[in-house]
Amino acid sequence: MSQMNMIQAIRSAHDVMLERDATVVALGQDIGYFGGVFRCTEGLQEKYGEHRVLDAPIAEGGIIGAAIGLAVNGLRPVAEIQFADYIYPGFDQVVSELSRLRYRSGGDFFAPVVIRTPCGGGIRGGQTHSQSPEGIFTHVSGVRTVMVSNPYDAKGLLISAIESDDPVVFFEPKRIYNGPFDGDPDKPAVSWAAHPKGEVPDDYYTVPLDKAEIVETGDDLTIITYGTIVHVAQAAAQRAGVNAEIIDVRTLMPLDVETLRDSVCRTGRCLVAHEATRFCGYGAELVATVQKECFWHLEAPISRVTGWDTPYPHAFEWQYFPVQQRLVDGIRKVMETG
Amino acid sequence: MNKKPRIHIPQPTARPGEAPDFSYLALSPAGAVDRPEPDARVADVAFLAHELVRVLDDEHVAQGPWAPALDSDERVRALELMVLTRAFDDRMLRMQRQGKITFYMQALGEEAVSIGQGMAFEPGDMMFPAYRNQGLYIMRDTGLVDMMCQCLSNTRDMCKGRQMPIFYHNRKNNIFSISGNLATQYPQAVGWAMGSQIKGEDHIAASWVGDGSTAEADFHYALTFAAVYNAPVVLNVTNNQWAISTFQGIAGGERQTFAARGLGYGIPGIRVDGNDLLAVYAVTRWAADRARSGHGPTLIELVTYRGGAHSTSDDPSRYRPKDEWQAFPLGDPVDRLKRHLVRNGDWSEERHAALEQESKATVDAAWKEATAYGTLTEPPFLDVELMFEDVFAEMPEHLELQRRKLMRSRGGRA
Repeated sequence: MSQMNMIQAIRSAHDVMLERDATVVALGQDIGYFGGVFRCTEGLQEKYGEHRVLDAPIAEGGIIGAAIGLAVNGLRPVAEIQFADYIYPGFDQVVSELSRLRYRSGGDFFAPVVIRTPCGGGIRGGQTHSQSPEGIFTHVSGVRTVMVSNPYDAKGLLISAIESDDPVVFFEPKRIYNGPFDGDPDKPAVSWAAHPKGEVPDDYYTVPLDKAEIVETGDDLTIITYGTIVHVAQAAAQRAGVNAEIIDVRTLMPLDVETLRDSVCRTGRCLVAHEATRFCGYGAELVATVQKECFWHLEAPISRVTGWDTPYPHAFEWQYFPVQQRLVDGIRKVMETG
Repeated sequence: MNKKPRIHIPQPTARPGEAPDFSYLALSPAGAVDRPEPDARVADVAFLAHELVRVLDDEHVAQGPWAPALDSDERVRALELMVLTRAFDDRMLRMQRQGKITFYMQALGEEAVSIGQGMAFEPGDMMFPAYRNQGLYIMRDTGLVDMMCQCLSNTRDMCKGRQMPIFYHNRKNNIFSISGNLATQYPQAVGWAMGSQIKGEDHIAASWVGDGSTAEADFHYALTFAAVYNAPVVLNVTNNQWAISTFQGIAGGERQTFAARGLGYGIPGIRVDGNDLLAVYAVTRWAADRARSGHGPTLIELVTYRGGAHSTSDDPSRYRPKDEWQAFPLGDPVDRLKRHLVRNGDWSEERHAALEQESKATVDAAWKEATAYGTLTEPPFLDVELMFEDVFAEMPEHLELQRRKLMRSRGGRA
């Protein structure tokens, strides 16, 4: 076991898999010699060679297109898209090619590509470095979609993603790369050192690609969330003085419906929270699922706390972000209704 | 607006009712273009992007340094494959007209591209075709019955009913799945070739796009990546003059040859007579040898003409002269190879007539066998539950529930 932040955990997952499996390669902008703008691949090119950790041109469509070709040729590429905001030139390769290759070829071809990409705001990145586009990908049939919330899961899920024969889009909320964030921007940043999920095994282990995690057990209400907001929800529930059950969805597609159903049917109240915009956001699917599975157990309408339906504004970052106070308000609303 | 618009809109040289005019096509005499060695420096082969490599002259005699070392049996085999491709297309087009299949695309007039190029590669080389490369599947032994079953979406359909006609694949014989999204296969082919480099293997990759889809970003991604990593890949542009209704000028062909785009990336570009099977083979073999020996990618522009409609949903009489193909200066690839072989004493009109009959009979027999596996409207039918398979490697719970729901709604078993 080592103390790791999320960057180190992601680097360790690469390291373990590059070592274990000769077919694993990584490619992306700045990831080779330099080790990535967020340092997630630091030292790996030196250790495994330029032909295993490749610096790529600034062409997201080319990176994902080439990754598909590499995968069809028997390799397991891990492609880094430097910011999720820049993934769109590669979107056609994901939607029209990667996600449907197995289906369209009757199961004869498949491409086990992992696309890693830092997402989310809270880092003063403005509208081109803060987006959370997970809902665009969960809407596509044939790609697994993951968003991680801590170092332990990041490593275990990334290893599972690399080993999966399905394509995986792997979102890493960059705000929590170096430490959990409780949604209060006025507080000083904290590191992962004090967090139990900052303890990460040095060797190989996996976290399943289809299981949500209950991060807090409770009876008053269920908060369903993922990514950075997991930590915000924990702090908000404490501040609101409620005994909340908090579920980190982790693997957005396929969704672990059973864990959500069991929890909400027991608590009878549900708040869904994410950083992405609301309209047609992933939370809408969560609300619809809970409504269908738990309707007769609900004591109050299901509520949502999300980013607003605007682009991510630079100056008004903390008015856009679902900060702790908005989660507290959301919890109170769910608790006081019905 | 009272100012005269100053925007330039490229126009083809002839529209319906006008006389065809191919004066815009720069031609070189057969045998006139030098053949550098396949390991030549890019700067020393730049002229190949502007000339037109041709082997067969107007008398159907092979001329010059590009005349390939194909023996007469191989040349006859090429002719047989082109005639078979044309017979297959003819039958499938008629079956679409009769409502037996929903859609079709002919390669009429472009048969030498798939056959001539396909013959230049090794079986272990990976092909990433475009939608008019059916000849590649035929020459790589895909089986006409299997191709027809795909077009029929029947119980033997390789795609399990998931794709409209002509979107074939052949994993066993190394031909990738065709995509309807144009040029996406280009960077994939480069990635495959990079994989070959990473693994230390000698296999190379090849891919095809049309003149129209060179405008897609994927074309440029592919050329950039191929150049950056010196990938062993042969990238081909089938310039058949027309992208549905827009002539090749709308894709940028007015100012520069498509082959010349390679030079901007430091990649050799070769412009070749796409209706001259010997030239097509020779140029492709040059590029394949170059790639396999570690000298990197080549961009080949095959100058040809789309003899038929874009697809069965298209009517070219609305946008181009009806007799344009007849006026195309590079002729018909089947007819040219036939005359070459006849002249060499390797073929005859009688043998050709017999070959056409045989090919038709082969296709007819294949159709009869294929339809025995069902059609879209006649049983046996595919199992509808196949709809939910192969979305993921294993069916996740939500798809299993949806499968059961559909089966219940049909009164079938859940």
